[in-house]
Amino acid sequence: MNALTSGLNVREPGEVHRTDVAVIGAGPVGLFAIFELGLLDLKCHLIDILDRPGGQCTELYPEKPIYDIPGLPVVTGQELTDRLLEQSRPFGAAYHLQQMAAGLERTPEGIWRVTTDLGTVVEAKVVVIAAGGGSFVPKKPPIPGIEAFEGSSVFYSVRRMDEFRGKRLLIAGGGDSALDWTLNLAPIASEIALVHHRDGFRAAPDSVNKMKALVAEDRLKLHIAKIKRLNGEGGQLSSVTLEAKDTGEFDVPCDRLLAFYGLTMKLGPIAEFGLNLHENLVPVDTEKFESSTPGLFAIGDINWYPGKLKLILSGFHEAALMAQAAKRIVHPDQRVIFQYTTSSTSLQKKLGVA
Amino acid sequence: MEQLPRPVPIVVTDMQGNVHEIEGADGWRAMEAIRDNGLPIKAECGGACACATCHVYVDPDWLSRLPARSEEEEERLGDAFEVEENSRLSCQILLTPELEGLKLTLAPGSEP
Repeated sequence: MNALTSGLNVREPGEVHRTDVAVIGAGPVGLFAIFELGLLDLKCHLIDILDRPGGQCTELYPEKPIYDIPGLPVVTGQELTDRLLEQSRPFGAAYHLQQMAAGLERTPEGIWRVTTDLGTVVEAKVVVIAAGGGSFVPKKPPIPGIEAFEGSSVFYSVRRMDEFRGKRLLIAGGGDSALDWTLNLAPIASEIALVHHRDGFRAAPDSVNKMKALVAEDRLKLHIAKIKRLNGEGGQLSSVTLEAKDTGEFDVPCDRLLAFYGLTMKLGPIAEFGLNLHENLVPVDTEKFESSTPGLFAIGDINWYPGKLKLILSGFHEAALMAQAAKRIVHPDQRVIFQYTTSSTSLQKKLGVA
Repeated sequence: MEQLPRPVPIVVTDMQGNVHEIEGADGWRAMEAIRDNGLPIKAECGGACACATCHVYVDPDWLSRLPARSEEEEERLGDAFEVEENSRLSCQILLTPELEGLKLTLAPGSEP
């Protein structure tokens, strides 16, 4: 739990849950789906690989203005996410964060089982894929032969700091992740160096100042250079060859490389969910935004239909129509009455305003 | 009557070395012209200078005719690989009539 998820119903991984609707992706469209489903009394659980809701809005452009959200002439990615969280709050959705939806199967009783890479299971009658461009995963530098070192000497994130204790460590990057981990690991690494392609850093100024202080104290080596080669055998790194503009190539002895080049979106296991993908998108109808498999819906940037526009506002509309269809699947016996939030006391009670 | 934006043809080499003469227009971003013409470019943030997946190399003859990188673009290039002196993010290149014939090459990290 952190400041970014305070007040949210975030669950610990590894448990089995049963709900009405499992939503894969907690971007703006997944968040609005909570609201539309909630108005129809459908409960949902959201799964997202990031450590907070918002998807691309908070990961890629939290500070950037968006000008085409109806009724909000200008709103940043973070503000829009905050508004959507506020709007969906009455419905108390459960969140499974920092997890990737890894498997999808159907039980003999016709219930969907979504499994995550951390062993969480969400069982639901309806699955909604609102995964945008896919899962955010670390960008891997195109250094020849890097795969042989991944997981043993080359890492793209820090799971346990102890893995770096007493090691000769090289960190690559100039953003907050690179600088934060440089500062955190400097006290426990036996040697530590930072490599960045330019003498300018995107990270918070305070972190940059602290990093420079470590350099001045000779506790950190800073290389303004590019990574050329990894040297070592059997997955064990012995040095990394860097190339600087003025001095040319040189070797930095090290046991571990931590590379932070930002995140990129990869479709990942969804590709194996049997969705008849069309150029990595899920074809859906435009009445319910249901895939070719009944009970499996796709909304937002991940779906495709004739005339599709990848706009947040399209995803909102898709969420509303999906919710009507989901209601008929979850409660086939209940009659759905079309109502407006302006006038319906029943809807207003659900929203906690009547 | 509203005037149509003036066409700005540019020349883009893909990562396989194939050369494409494509139509852009005054006011478009180079990335938008590349994407709109169906060339393979990831450009996953959609032009917000937030991802570095529209990385291109600018033909050396054209480099001095482009406005310099902004500080934001400079920083974001830190997320790209194989960054050279002539590296740019194509979402930050605004096409103008003066850039007719601009030559770009898709660079590592831009592949979808």
